[in-house]
Amino acid sequence: MLDIRNLHVSINDKPILRGIDLTVRAGEVHAIMGPNGSGKSTLAHVLAGHEGYTVTAGEVRYLGRNLLELSPELRAREGIFLAFQYPVEIPGVANIYLLKAAVNALRQHRGEPELDAVDFLALVKDKLKLMGMDTDLLYRSVNEGFSGGEKKRNEILQMAVLEPRLALLDETDSGLDIDALKVVAGGVNAMRSPERAMVLVTHYQRLLNYIVPDQVHVLAQGRIALSGGRELALELENRGYGWVEAAAGPAGGGA
Amino acid sequence: MNSAADFYRDEFARIATTLPGSALPWLRHGREAGLACFAETGFPTLRQEDWKYTSVAAIEKSRFLSPPPTANGVAPGQIDAWGLAGTQRLVFVNGRYQPRCSNIGALPAGVTLASLAEVLGRESERLEGVLGPRSDPYPSGFAALNQAFFSDGVYLHLAAGVALETPVHLLFVTTEPGLALHTRNVVRAEAGSRACLIEHHVALGDGAYLSNTATDLVVGRDAEVEHLKLQQESLKAFHVAALDVDQQQGSRFVSRSFALGGGLGRVDIRVGLNAEHASCTLDGLYMTDGRQHIDHHTRIDHAQPYGTSREFYKGVLAGASRAVFNGRVIVHADAQHSDAYQANRNLLLSDNAEIDTKPQLEIYADDVKCRHGATVGQLDPEQVFYLRSRGVDEADARALLTFAFAAEMTGRIDMAPLRARLEKLLLGRLPERVKELV
Amino acid sequence: MASSTVKLDELISQEYKHGFFTSVETDTVPRGLSEDVIRLISAKKGEPDFLLEWRLKAYRHWLTMAEPHWATVHHPAIDYQDITYYSAPKSRQDGPKSLDEVDPELLRTYEKLGVPLEERALLAGVAVDAVFDSVSVATTFKDKLAGLGIIFCSFSEAVREHPELVRQYLGSVVPYTDNFFASLNSAVFSDGSFCYIPPGVRCPMELSTYFRINARNTGQFERTLIIADKGAYVSYLEGCTAPMRDENQLHAAVVELIALEDAQIKYATVQNWYPGDKEGHGGIYNFVTKRGDCRGANSKISWTQVETGSAITWKYPSVILQGDNAVGEFYSVALTNHYQQADTGTKMIHLGKNTRSTILSKGISAGHGSNAYRGLVKVAKSAVGARNYTQCDSLLLGDRCAAHTFPYIEVKNPTARVEHEASTSRIGEDQLFYCQSRGIAPEDAVSMIVSGFCKEVFKELPMEFAVEAQKLLGVSLEGSIG
Repeated sequence: MLDIRNLHVSINDKPILRGIDLTVRAGEVHAIMGPNGSGKSTLAHVLAGHEGYTVTAGEVRYLGRNLLELSPELRAREGIFLAFQYPVEIPGVANIYLLKAAVNALRQHRGEPELDAVDFLALVKDKLKLMGMDTDLLYRSVNEGFSGGEKKRNEILQMAVLEPRLALLDETDSGLDIDALKVVAGGVNAMRSPERAMVLVTHYQRLLNYIVPDQVHVLAQGRIALSGGRELALELENRGYGWVEAAAGPAGGGA
Repeated sequence: MNSAADFYRDEFARIATTLPGSALPWLRHGREAGLACFAETGFPTLRQEDWKYTSVAAIEKSRFLSPPPTANGVAPGQIDAWGLAGTQRLVFVNGRYQPRCSNIGALPAGVTLASLAEVLGRESERLEGVLGPRSDPYPSGFAALNQAFFSDGVYLHLAAGVALETPVHLLFVTTEPGLALHTRNVVRAEAGSRACLIEHHVALGDGAYLSNTATDLVVGRDAEVEHLKLQQESLKAFHVAALDVDQQQGSRFVSRSFALGGGLGRVDIRVGLNAEHASCTLDGLYMTDGRQHIDHHTRIDHAQPYGTSREFYKGVLAGASRAVFNGRVIVHADAQHSDAYQANRNLLLSDNAEIDTKPQLEIYADDVKCRHGATVGQLDPEQVFYLRSRGVDEADARALLTFAFAAEMTGRIDMAPLRARLEKLLLGRLPERVKELV
Repeated sequence: MASSTVKLDELISQEYKHGFFTSVETDTVPRGLSEDVIRLISAKKGEPDFLLEWRLKAYRHWLTMAEPHWATVHHPAIDYQDITYYSAPKSRQDGPKSLDEVDPELLRTYEKLGVPLEERALLAGVAVDAVFDSVSVATTFKDKLAGLGIIFCSFSEAVREHPELVRQYLGSVVPYTDNFFASLNSAVFSDGSFCYIPPGVRCPMELSTYFRINARNTGQFERTLIIADKGAYVSYLEGCTAPMRDENQLHAAVVELIALEDAQIKYATVQNWYPGDKEGHGGIYNFVTKRGDCRGANSKISWTQVETGSAITWKYPSVILQGDNAVGEFYSVALTNHYQQADTGTKMIHLGKNTRSTILSKGISAGHGSNAYRGLVKVAKSAVGARNYTQCDSLLLGDRCAAHTFPYIEVKNPTARVEHEASTSRIGEDQLFYCQSRGIAPEDAVSMIVSGFCKEVFKELPMEFAVEAQKLLGVSLEGSIG
């Protein structure tokens, strides 16, 4: 589904990613781990099409197409979803309007008729229940005045409504207490399916207790320094990131 | 061409006897004083600090004529679209009250709501102080002209303790180009009373004319008055409006000004917190496009202790339009415990738009809390990206965020029919596709 | 509060520490201003024709102008014919070659001020071009600077030795038509400092000048011109103290800065001229025009000022951001006590692409002091991507003082981002009480809190200057709690 080859990315001429290779197939869940500043969030943002990043080399293919030439909205309509680490507040735009806009843009793109108001509301309320959220959140402005936990749940709610093919979850566990983490993980797990791929970006192993990945990759100095199964995450929990970084070295190659 | 002073002197000579109250000596003196003041000062110029960004040379050159006092044949059906449900409606066509189009329902005891022209004789005692000759200078040539030429407006008096629950809708309609309309509203809210007014300016057709309006408001002890203004003049019109508010102890005053129309608009709002514990809120939104020029000057005088003022103005500028915001807050000596906050936020949507903003604090007391802020910028790129990452295309995302930016101001209106009207007007500026979303 | 006001008012009675009068013979032209006086000044200084012509043009233009009155300052009318426009300390014909040759009376003056010239110069590595009244009397470290190609000398010397540079740059930032006081200065300026840093050179030391006002009834008309050529860097310090005087003195200086491509100029001022007495008598009128021109791409000009002195301060150190990516900064602390008046701020004129400016202004008003921030941020149509951030804070100490904020923001480019924030509040009683309950004397507590309030600006000053500034603030403030 997703094929990343030798991806180099800079911010303001400063290289952040220095040659990422990664293949994600439908049905798989990958965890990208790494210390702060290793480029994890950069990778997620580049895949979603954020304009603050410059791809200096390499390519990304998604469902056989060149992903990098698509606008952020086209990527979204093609089924890519980024759950933001810091979801932005948008005063004056109600949550439900955004959801409706997103759902209808998606359906239009696929040549499907728009959902009528009743069906749309039924769909959203269903997902709300799943995330343990109140209906009145729908009528508040997007993320405005939401607590950290509410923002993260709101991201997963949007994901549940939009049903993406490829979900990118950027530090979805950060700032969550254990109960909220369980709810969020429950929402994510409910969405695992053979047609859908997920990439979890996380600093801590904790999330992976609840969402068990098929593969774990460790990012260091802008490259994938190490890949492995679920047990790699546990090893990182015990030993920290220092040994991976040391092994990666300044000139370390990709995994 | 003769000078503006000569022109207006001749105009005055031509129509003075047709102006209301021409038989009242005090009023005649008041009008003559206004005319004399105008002859002396003329129209403001760019050299005056308060007018440095707004040229009114075009008004001076236009030589607008005073309208004839006769009826003008506007049918109620022509103006129904501007009506607001659940209001007492007073309609002024070309500066004169039109009972046929108006609709004043049952009023609580202690409320006088009428055309100013009608009550001039009856309410001389109360009105002489406002409309008679004044000792202090007029704030501008427009105020002086208004004093000389005002033809009508509303008179609202609320006796102590009376609440007028139904909002008063003042609809000022201009039907013809080439006219100079000077209207004057006088509002007196005695202690503990309450009222809400909507000052609404519209036009039939798209001609050029001058609408020069002045509102004089006294908010008595513990009284509450809300003044809402919706300016939808023709895009060639000159709109000049003044609002002077005198607040007594513990009173509350709210002004919300929405400027959407007019080729050149200038609004002056002056609020005096003239007794302890008075509070005011001044909100505003200006949305300009084409070659519109909209200027808001506000002045809040914290003259006594424990006053609170909150001011929030937003602007959305497109095309080759220009907007000016000048918010002046003065905390006078001994006005201790004053609390003032002021913000002005502007969105520039086009290469040719221009904003000149000047928030101003002048403080002569020490135990105060005063803050102000002003920003000029664009839509937040992170917000645009967030919407795009959810599949909304860029143009729609920008339109939606612009709407949301402006809608914050309409969202603060309590009066539902007006809020709905304004939201509809804002939506009218959105692309079709986005409209369906909201 | 009343009792503490009375008690604290007593503490305000701090006398001006630097007030004394030095008797030095002066070589003075008659009072008043005319073309003849200007010709005389020019002749005394042996100036080339172009400069005399320029002075005369400025004078003729000045005659057509009216004294400005838009600032929120008040003063009795100035009689421009009652001012002596030139006075120079008498010394040997060729001027002193080293400190040994300097009039010992002058050196003693500096010592009294706590500015031991040679020591300070040696210890701190600062080259000092001391201006006593109007003529430069001592320069140090010239050789070291000359080795790097840096020219740092009095304005008069620059006119003699480098007339081509003076001719090229004089008036190119502040034209003689600029404003009433700048025109007056252009006509009659006596001396000042000149500095040129050649391409690629980083000036290895802080350059500094101590200006003083001394001779009775002598208006001071300094002219400073600093040019940082491509890729050059210079940090310049200007510091002032003045002897106590009875009559108001006019000071109308002009400072021009020019930064070419990739160059950077930092200009810092500590101004502590005589502010007048407690009743508001006397004191300096400080009407200054300071402007920098970021002429080249990626250039940067920073103004930092600590204004504690003068009866009236009227100055707006500004930056014209012409070059793409140019940066302008203005950091200011202005303190007014007793009857002092300050109307100060900056102008940031954005013309080039991606130009950035930062304004940080801290105003402190005490006693009957009046303090106004007046600033202009202008973004021209050409200034794509321009950014400005402005913060103005005012602190009030006393219920008879005043603080004003007049920011003008004019934006003609939709990609610009301009943010202005301002706040005014009184010194916190709870903060004062907290300090006092920890055994700190009220005046120390005030000084401490005010220092904290100004910290962001002080950190922009060179270390040594920051210490001096903090000391001045303490002196100017003593006891002024409302």
